[in-house]
Amino acid sequence: MSFYTELLISILLLSGGGFVLVGSIGLLRLQDFYSRLHAPTKASTLGLGGILIGSMVYMYHLQGYVSINELLITLFLVITAPVTAHILAKVAMHHRVKLIERTSNQDLVETARKQLPAKVSNSSQESNPKGSNQEM
Amino acid sequence: MLEMTVMIVGVMLCIALVLNLWRLIIGPDIVDRILALDTMYINSIALILLYGIYNQTPLYFEAALLIAMLGFVSSVAFGKYLLRGDIIE
Repeated sequence: MSFYTELLISILLLSGGGFVLVGSIGLLRLQDFYSRLHAPTKASTLGLGGILIGSMVYMYHLQGYVSINELLITLFLVITAPVTAHILAKVAMHHRVKLIERTSNQDLVETARKQLPAKVSNSSQESNPKGSNQEM
Repeated sequence: MLEMTVMIVGVMLCIALVLNLWRLIIGPDIVDRILALDTMYINSIALILLYGIYNQTPLYFEAALLIAMLGFVSSVAFGKYLLRGDIIE
């Protein structure tokens, strides 16, 4: 393996590891849940993308062909990380997780919470009591 | 050079995992704990890929893919359970 290939793989791995570390530090250090949600879902996905590309280059030099597995992992993570973040933000909104005081437009949270049972009751009547139970 | 880099990145990932574990323990709300668990899944995928580079084998990609799928499904299941009180309605 030539020097420049090793250099390329090393740079990709190091930047990926740095982004993952920054995401975890942000998960530990930021102040409320909604800002903590930003750090891992963006930085860790980017860092894992760097490590995956580095691993892809390395395996190409080891085997001579690009295997489809790394591409599958990349595609899967890029698709699923925003979905998880969205569901967690929704759960936090409905569980009334505390915001920090300087969050702007805080009064809109209550409106956004109360809109859910109304929408559900339009589509089907059966799930309406569940929605109102959730509101509590 | 590559072995040195793999060692350094492995140490960085292990520190990141310890920080996630710390947030998982102290997390003031249950949503923080789910988020920390999801981040731990992602970091362990990175650690497994790094172990594959260290051992010079493409054998561990299937394990990484499996952990990626299970992590997503379990996080969504936790979220749905907390949101609706039920996972499959």
